[in-house]
Amino acid sequence: MIRIDSVTKRYPDGTVAVDRLSLEIPDRSITVLVGPSGCGKTTTLRMINRMVEPTEGTILLDGEDIQRQPVTTLRRSMGYVIQNAGLFQHRTIVDNIATVPRMLGWGKQRARERAVELMERVGLDTSLAKRYPYQLSGGQQQRVGVARALAADPPVLLMDEPFSAVDPVVRKGLQEELLRIQGELGKTIVFVTHDIDEAVTLGTMVAVLREGGRLAQYAPPAELLSTPADGFVEDFLGADRGIRRLSFFPAAPLELSTDAVVPADAPAERIAAVGSPYLLVTGPDGRPLGWAERDRLTDGTVDTGRLLPYGRPFVPGADSLRVALDCAVLSPTGWAVAVDADGRVTGVVSQRTIGEAIRAAHSAGRAEDEKVAG
Amino acid sequence: MSGFFDIPSDLQHSWAGLIGLHIREALLPVAAGLLLALPLAQVCGRFRWLYPPVLGVTTVLYAIPSLAFFVVLIDYTGQTELTVMIPLALYSLVVLVPAIVDGVRSVPDETLAAATAMGFGPVRRYLQVQLPIAAPAIIAGLRVATASSISLVSVGALIGNQGALGNLLAAAQKYDRPELAVNSVLTMAALAVLCDALLVLLRVWLTPWMPRGGSRRKPATRREELTPEGAVR
Repeated sequence: MIRIDSVTKRYPDGTVAVDRLSLEIPDRSITVLVGPSGCGKTTTLRMINRMVEPTEGTILLDGEDIQRQPVTTLRRSMGYVIQNAGLFQHRTIVDNIATVPRMLGWGKQRARERAVELMERVGLDTSLAKRYPYQLSGGQQQRVGVARALAADPPVLLMDEPFSAVDPVVRKGLQEELLRIQGELGKTIVFVTHDIDEAVTLGTMVAVLREGGRLAQYAPPAELLSTPADGFVEDFLGADRGIRRLSFFPAAPLELSTDAVVPADAPAERIAAVGSPYLLVTGPDGRPLGWAERDRLTDGTVDTGRLLPYGRPFVPGADSLRVALDCAVLSPTGWAVAVDADGRVTGVVSQRTIGEAIRAAHSAGRAEDEKVAG
Repeated sequence: MSGFFDIPSDLQHSWAGLIGLHIREALLPVAAGLLLALPLAQVCGRFRWLYPPVLGVTTVLYAIPSLAFFVVLIDYTGQTELTVMIPLALYSLVVLVPAIVDGVRSVPDETLAAATAMGFGPVRRYLQVQLPIAAPAIIAGLRVATASSISLVSVGALIGNQGALGNLLAAAQKYDRPELAVNSVLTMAALAVLCDALLVLLRVWLTPWMPRGGSRRKPATRREELTPEGAVR
């Protein structure tokens, strides 16, 4: 565990970057430091590996003051990932990744084998091993940066806005990859970002810092979204925190209706029995084809050439209420289509049902909070 | 008797001998200048306030005519090659110091931060990260310094027989043999082109990590910036 104990960083000109900050960073989880620019999040991160020395206070790593071991030893025991990757442009990818193992005295062969192994782990094609950084895309370079930080298998990983400089699509891929790698390796990760969405997506715990380096709130993301500590945190979370909070509720408990789901070749009597104004028409493989309006069917059967698009389906076992609500909002009929992992329709659900599920999830969440508080 | 390659005997060298002498007198000062410029640039990089005055001093040194240098130096080092090479080495600083400082400064902050965070000490960081990345800029500086040094060696003729190929210019006047002057100029030009080509090859060999074809990132076109006014005199 990393324990930051009332740490202050004051510069000679009097600027206070971090002000009496105390944080306990749990092992084997992702702790995100988030806040506007000038809130001291990067300074805090850099104090953990002593690239910045605190003016007051102590930082303990597994109970021991980080001042008590040689600074290079400390740094080599912590992986560091930086914005734009900061790769050594004059070294090949494999040599970049092997940097810390080589400094720790590993043989060249062993270090390179380890580097290639890590390339696979972070999802890089090993044919890139002999390339130079300029030959890689931004996203690939960032993966190399992550691999390089993991090379000596350090227990701690410090990440300073690692995904800020890549486009949103690549960033999402890198975030998913990080969560996957974290699931496999279970590092103690401290992650700095100015992007609250990224913080909420990645963090097990999120520390919101405000200007002047003071801690505004330290909480798991769901709690942050449900009960922001003050106006600053609320503003920082943005206007749609209620919607975003739905990401933390699974869509699984939604009651699906199968009444309105009919195969394309259904007889007129089956269709006449449907109570709702819309029918979801499925193909022979069970996949959705589109919506039909019951009142506008010509001879009581379905014409697959004249269907409304069914929009985006959701997977109840895997997706959140946020995704389900989004699907319902996007659907021309206001009903969201639920499918299984293979894309076969398992039912449909209305916005009203989703709304009831949200209220139920909220009251369950409140009961949970009260239990914790009591 | 008056052939293109017939060198008057008072020069005490064959044509090939003059070339060898010229190369030595031109390149040793550049090498010495590089050895001097590296620590100087390192100090300028660390204490930024030192850079402008150091740059000023190198410019002033460059502005001192070589003849003035010779007058002072001749008391100590006599009419020797050393008297020619000392000013040449000092002249090379005006190009080499900024080339190295700018080259080392061109290393991105993220790269430096990453190196520090991985546990590089300052010395290791300088030798393994900053210098290699500065290599293209340093070699660009070396190219200018070398070409300039090759032409400047000729002024050694002023203090007697120390101008190598430049002595041919004096001989051309003395013996009224203009072909010797042509020989001198052409040979020096060829030497300069050859040395420049070798330095380009060196850069290509040292920097497989640079994008080829077009100078997208690094200063292949640094020469213009670095060449001081009136490099040849």
